[in-house]
Amino acid sequence: MEANTRGTGRLPAAFLTPGSSSFIDFLAEQSPDLLPGRRALPAGLTVEAPHGTTIVAAVFAGGVVLAGDRRATMGNVIAQRDIEKVFPADEYSAVGIAGTAGLAVEMVRLFQLELEHYEKIEGTTLSLEGKANRLTTMIRGNLGMAMQGLAVVPMFAGYDLDLGRGRIFTYDVTGGRSEERSFAATGSGSVFARGSMKKLYRPDLTADQAATLVVQALYDAADDDSATGGPDLARRIFPIVGLITEEGFHRLSEEEVTRIAVSVTDGRRNQPDGPQAPLL
Amino acid sequence: MSTPFYVSPQQAMADRAEYARKGIARGRSVVVLTYADGIAFVAENTSRALHKVSEIYDKIAFAAVGRYNEFENLRIGGVRYADLRGYSYDRADVTARGLANVYAQTLGTIFSSVGEKPYEVELIVAEVGRSAEDDQIYRLTPDGSVVDEKNSVVVGGNADSIGTYLSQRHRVGMSLAEALKVAVESLARDPNGGTPRTLTPDQLEVAVLDRARPQQRKFKRILGAQLGRLLDGEEEAAEDSDGAEGAAGAAGPEETAGEA
Repeated sequence: MEANTRGTGRLPAAFLTPGSSSFIDFLAEQSPDLLPGRRALPAGLTVEAPHGTTIVAAVFAGGVVLAGDRRATMGNVIAQRDIEKVFPADEYSAVGIAGTAGLAVEMVRLFQLELEHYEKIEGTTLSLEGKANRLTTMIRGNLGMAMQGLAVVPMFAGYDLDLGRGRIFTYDVTGGRSEERSFAATGSGSVFARGSMKKLYRPDLTADQAATLVVQALYDAADDDSATGGPDLARRIFPIVGLITEEGFHRLSEEEVTRIAVSVTDGRRNQPDGPQAPLL
Repeated sequence: MSTPFYVSPQQAMADRAEYARKGIARGRSVVVLTYADGIAFVAENTSRALHKVSEIYDKIAFAAVGRYNEFENLRIGGVRYADLRGYSYDRADVTARGLANVYAQTLGTIFSSVGEKPYEVELIVAEVGRSAEDDQIYRLTPDGSVVDEKNSVVVGGNADSIGTYLSQRHRVGMSLAEALKVAVESLARDPNGGTPRTLTPDQLEVAVLDRARPQQRKFKRILGAQLGRLLDGEEEAAEDSDGAEGAAGAAGPEETAGEA
């Protein structure tokens, strides 16, 4: 019998064994070397690699908006001006990444595949909570590398079809997960972005207002954090903004983002610190 | 100890083929046919959860008849194969031809191994291309042979009579509604020449690989109300205005050829 599984081009036994609906579990059995967290690094060594910076998200009446700036830095050098850090995870959710860009992009690719794989095998999608938990496991798997300076800290946002509203989940480097009620930020500029949103956020925002809110927050993050990139008017590089509603994930077109980013920058010409909230 | 009987290899293989064929002939058929915007899969299947037609990857779908546990096993193996390949290389490197080869090897090895019973399944692996000429349909039999099919194909019980009927009525560049109607008519026919049965939408499992879909994943199930509308022909008008360019482009040469 053993001869059948060798050298015939036949699917290996592991492929035909009933078992987990998880692609990551399958990968761990079949080719563990392809898992991002499984690579051993020599202890005590730190590696310098491009880092992505600020991701922001906000819940609005019909869903949730997730946005990221476009800068990747390596130390004090700008490594990339047009990096993308916001990705659709599946039809109703998206993930934004801060941290070591190379690992983060790979983690997103695996996460997208994990959700798709489950959907194909089971014939149904995971719950939003289930997707968020799956991401936790992946971040935890990266802890060893995080301790050597290669941390990945994603943010997960999606439309919960069961509850009928947008939801945001943030993570820490150990995989600690927390749900945010209205808005959230992660990455090096997150302190400033959060302060900005705290003053501007209202629960009754429309989708367009929510998109403006996150661009304002990214502007404020770039204003005070050198690792976050502001709107690049000369090169026409603007943030990536993804909206998730009952209709699914929709990335704002270049024209839409340009319009919002230009109106925000125009506003800042007269008022460099941005719109002001009432004192009382 | 009794002496084992000698069975010639020809006889052994013929017996195994016969065994598999009988198992498959017990099941209802699945019809796969091309239309202007892609490839349609139509199966008689009252179950909402146990599928005969499934998505494998972006542009690749799978249809099967025979023993459920066996083809479900192969389907999951195919999804794992495709996802692993796409993850290690690139999504574009997952092809129906590659998948059909792996299935062929798997089925062929099982078929000719003395220790295993042959699988009682017949599979179709199809990939939708950028244009109708690039569409690929492969039929796989239990002994591991691969047949490269064009336009339309049927697997399962009565495959021959349904297939003949279907190939006579299939045209290149049909609209989806037309294609579905022909497929359902062919499935509803009585092989003994009696009156055809009536198949309602809830007795059918219908899915398409639609090249016009903006998403990366081209597989889509057509369910309930939409299926009813398509079969009643109500959606035909909307369908035409939607994909006027594709449909007209594909139907054009056929019509001129007919007139000439």
